[in-house]
Amino acid sequence: MLATAIIVFREVLEAALIIGILAAATRTIPGSRRWLVGGLLAGLLGAGVVAASTDAIGSLANGIGQELLNAIVLGIAVLMLAWHNIWMSSHGAALAAQAKSVGKNISDGTSECSALLVIVGLAVLREGSETVLFLYGIAASGDGGHTMLLGGVIGVLAGVALGYLIYAGLLRIPLRWFFTATAVLVLLLAAGMAAQAAHFLIQADLLPSLAAPLWDTSATLPESSWPGMLLHSLIGYDSHPTGMQLVFYLAALAAISIGMKLAARPPRANRP
Amino acid sequence: MKQILLLLAALPLPPVALAEDADYTLIIAEHRFQPSAITIPADKKIRLKIENRDATPEEFDSHDLNREKVVTGNSSAIVFIGPLKPGRYQFQGEFHADTAQGAIIAK
Repeated sequence: MLATAIIVFREVLEAALIIGILAAATRTIPGSRRWLVGGLLAGLLGAGVVAASTDAIGSLANGIGQELLNAIVLGIAVLMLAWHNIWMSSHGAALAAQAKSVGKNISDGTSECSALLVIVGLAVLREGSETVLFLYGIAASGDGGHTMLLGGVIGVLAGVALGYLIYAGLLRIPLRWFFTATAVLVLLLAAGMAAQAAHFLIQADLLPSLAAPLWDTSATLPESSWPGMLLHSLIGYDSHPTGMQLVFYLAALAAISIGMKLAARPPRANRP
Repeated sequence: MKQILLLLAALPLPPVALAEDADYTLIIAEHRFQPSAITIPADKKIRLKIENRDATPEEFDSHDLNREKVVTGNSSAIVFIGPLKPGRYQFQGEFHADTAQGAIIAK
């Protein structure tokens, strides 16, 4: 049962952290909650569909369909997170100033919120489909199904609890650092996802690995350990990454940072 | 942003390697790997076919190899591994880690 709880927890953790960070980062945007919940529900539904068709997906593109799907889902999520961060850096100041006056930015807010739906939906889709598949396997195998399903439920709850802790912790940050803090977190999250996308493309033999591994810290900080797991989910820590993963990580980091810098410049003067 | 777009645009384009014959085959049966150890040449990329003969799904998972792949029940999947430095690389079936254990030995 404990083993089941840990496996499910690990799958849920990543999605829960993403949702926790985003929920905190967008708490001042009117209507963002509804979009988050919508994304969560759409993601769960999608996870069920993906899990049910894993066979078909896996055999696509000569057996690398799974990697392609993961890489594409991660790629879209990176783009959406990049857009979120860039959007926030141009509107964040205004939002912070009028955090209480709902409605002022609602038209802008809606387009931003649809990004939330996609990011959350995709995160849940990717992490959730494996969980669904795993739990289905347990239910189907029948041996000790009940205690293991209980373990699964505990794993889900633990993951959600940690996501909530991140959310609550972020809310404790004073407002003037709040946007910077969440922007940095989302930035690292996006870079980590870009590196993971590279990892799947290498596994599918669509990208060269360059130096593999670039370094190996699996003895000091293994990804299977608690801090390693958390760092992996939060900033994309990899104990023995390939060179290509680092290239993707740094490219995403640079591209999004530059986008944020450019967006933060006030070009307001020549607006009608 | 542009860089990411370019990278993303490049994703599905490269020609997909054909999964004709795998270099090595790993069988999952009764939540165990057969063989439990595979010896491969070092510094060479190999194509490993994982054949799941159980009815339940399994996730081939290895931190040492930096690989993870779900293989559904009664189906098979291809994973590319290496090039590896000489050494022993543990892997496991994450969904049944108490029995599904194995290693790849690169020489």
